[in-house]
Amino acid sequence: MDLSSINPILLLASLMVAATPIILAAIGELVVERAGVLNLGVEGMMITGAVCGFIVAVNTGSPWLGFLGAAVGGAILSLLFGVLTQLLLSNQVATGLALTLFGLGLSALMGQGYIGIKAPEFADWHIPLLGDIPIIGPVIFQHDPMVYVGLIIVTAVWAFLKYSRAGLILRAVGENHEAAHALGYHVIRVRLLAIMFGGACAGLGGAYLSLVRVPQWTEGMTAGAGWIALAIVVFASWRPWRLLLGAYLFGGVTVLQLNLQAAGAAIAVEYLSMAPYLATIVVLVIMRAGRAPGSLGQSFHASR
Amino acid sequence: MTMKTLLAGATLALGLATGAAADGHEPVTVGFVYVGPVGDGGWTYEHDQGRLAVEEAFGDAVETVFVESVPEGPDAERVMTQMALQGADLIFTTSFGYMDQTIAVAEKFPDVMFEHATGYKRADNVSTYSARFYEGRAVQGHIAGQMTESNIIGYIASFPIPEVIRGINSAYLHAKEVNPDVEFKIIWAYTWFDPAKEAEAATVLIEQGADVILQHTDSTAPQAAAQAAGNVVTFGQASDMAEFAPFPRVSSIIDDWAPYYVARTQAVIDGTWESTDTWDGIGPGMVGIGEITDAVPAEVKASAEALVETLRSGEYHAFSGPINKQDGSAWLAEGEIADDGTLAGMDFYVEGLTAEIPQ
Repeated sequence: MDLSSINPILLLASLMVAATPIILAAIGELVVERAGVLNLGVEGMMITGAVCGFIVAVNTGSPWLGFLGAAVGGAILSLLFGVLTQLLLSNQVATGLALTLFGLGLSALMGQGYIGIKAPEFADWHIPLLGDIPIIGPVIFQHDPMVYVGLIIVTAVWAFLKYSRAGLILRAVGENHEAAHALGYHVIRVRLLAIMFGGACAGLGGAYLSLVRVPQWTEGMTAGAGWIALAIVVFASWRPWRLLLGAYLFGGVTVLQLNLQAAGAAIAVEYLSMAPYLATIVVLVIMRAGRAPGSLGQSFHASR
Repeated sequence: MTMKTLLAGATLALGLATGAAADGHEPVTVGFVYVGPVGDGGWTYEHDQGRLAVEEAFGDAVETVFVESVPEGPDAERVMTQMALQGADLIFTTSFGYMDQTIAVAEKFPDVMFEHATGYKRADNVSTYSARFYEGRAVQGHIAGQMTESNIIGYIASFPIPEVIRGINSAYLHAKEVNPDVEFKIIWAYTWFDPAKEAEAATVLIEQGADVILQHTDSTAPQAAAQAAGNVVTFGQASDMAEFAPFPRVSSIIDDWAPYYVARTQAVIDGTWESTDTWDGIGPGMVGIGEITDAVPAEVKASAEALVETLRSGEYHAFSGPINKQDGSAWLAEGEIADDGTLAGMDFYVEGLTAEIPQ
């Protein structure tokens, strides 16, 4: 084994990139679940976002508009889920699963004419001054802008939930929707907004794959990233910073195991492939597990 | 636009269904089980091209059905059973991992013919077919060994099965032949199709110094990663991947299943179908070598094309002795060529490869 061929700086740098789609999708789902809604359709919204973003970016030539399109596409799809579960009171688990299947099919249909086309280039930022710091510069400050957008969203969600009145209302709706309703808050409205935010974030995560990481459109390209995001929300016990930790851990071990393989490590590949999942679960479980929002997954109707 | 496509598709499906019923005689139904989406641009895409060739060749006499992205495992068995129950006469299962499921389902439907790609288990109603991809890998190795400047070639492998191991050995032998200093770094992705993971693997290999990437996974993601890196050579896998030509993609291995699929469908129509084992290479045209671009120096291109010709004529075998196994023990003596049995079950690296095959 030749460990010297692994460059720790490049390793840490690719960790941040590998974790970004999961961070984006997971932070959206975290808000949804804190509002008391369980949307298992993250994978479907991600892949729809991936194709919407790709189509918009190719047609306009602008990756930024592509990301905007992805967020809108994801939000529209999630609104379908919102209408079904919040207004028509369908079962959230079943609807979410259906949303994933629907999203996979819809994206394949939409992407028919876009296979084999290249996405417009989305250049890395080289942040002046900060990007020149040795070691830290290349690791943290020389990425594409979406890496930072992801971090900003996580910070904003954390601050929103912890300090803002609207965040308090959202948590109240998630913890006990009847009480929130009795206090005069619009449970359905809050939840629909949260669901759309979740959809938009999942869309961004998907577009990060199709526009930055891969970067092209292929059917089924999210390949389970949405499910990982869902799992990380639970293991992070619905807290933004733990979610960030979980996503970095997952992304980091994923990149590390590939590096170890390429360097010829004498560890069975099966164990290496398992490592990201195991490490993430173990670490997040060892940290004291939190409690799920009280009304998670329950339908609400004002007449009850 | 999409709505229109959708409606057109629905109308078409309806038309097909009623048309078949009204005709009176039953068209032969051919089913295809795909491991990836038809839009993967690689392995499954080429199988679907074969399916389309069958449709074109037989018109109304044949109806084709396919299911894409079928996971290898119990799901595959369910899909095959469903196809057989719905009246398929011939079913192509197009991935190694469908082997046991194909045999199991074939046992339950003795009147349905099955064709399993790249496997080695047969039955009275199960044929196997595969292509000698290792011949194409020999050409890739030959070019790769001369294109690399860092002498490090990255290899994105899928699963540790004989087909993939053969490809690694063949590529390595021919790279080593032209460049004794060459070193292979191999990553097992444990997937046939996962663009994000493949991109990640390619990036890692490039970061570790590889300037040629060979892939045995189906998406074009490694090509895109190489393109982003700028100075890394790649080869199209399963399909031409010409959208990345002339650089990074400098050549490709193309699977051409169409003639085989048409011939086997014809055999079912004629009632002459028999369980066979087909393993064709460059000669019969099942393996094609995509255009070698001008990014490759002229003399390398010429010698690569000469190699293709000797493989095509059968004058040269990609596994010609002397070859030692990885542990140094002799496998093939001078002048000896590998027998198909050993190749089909290949579970060892040749001498010079440093990694270990995952168990």
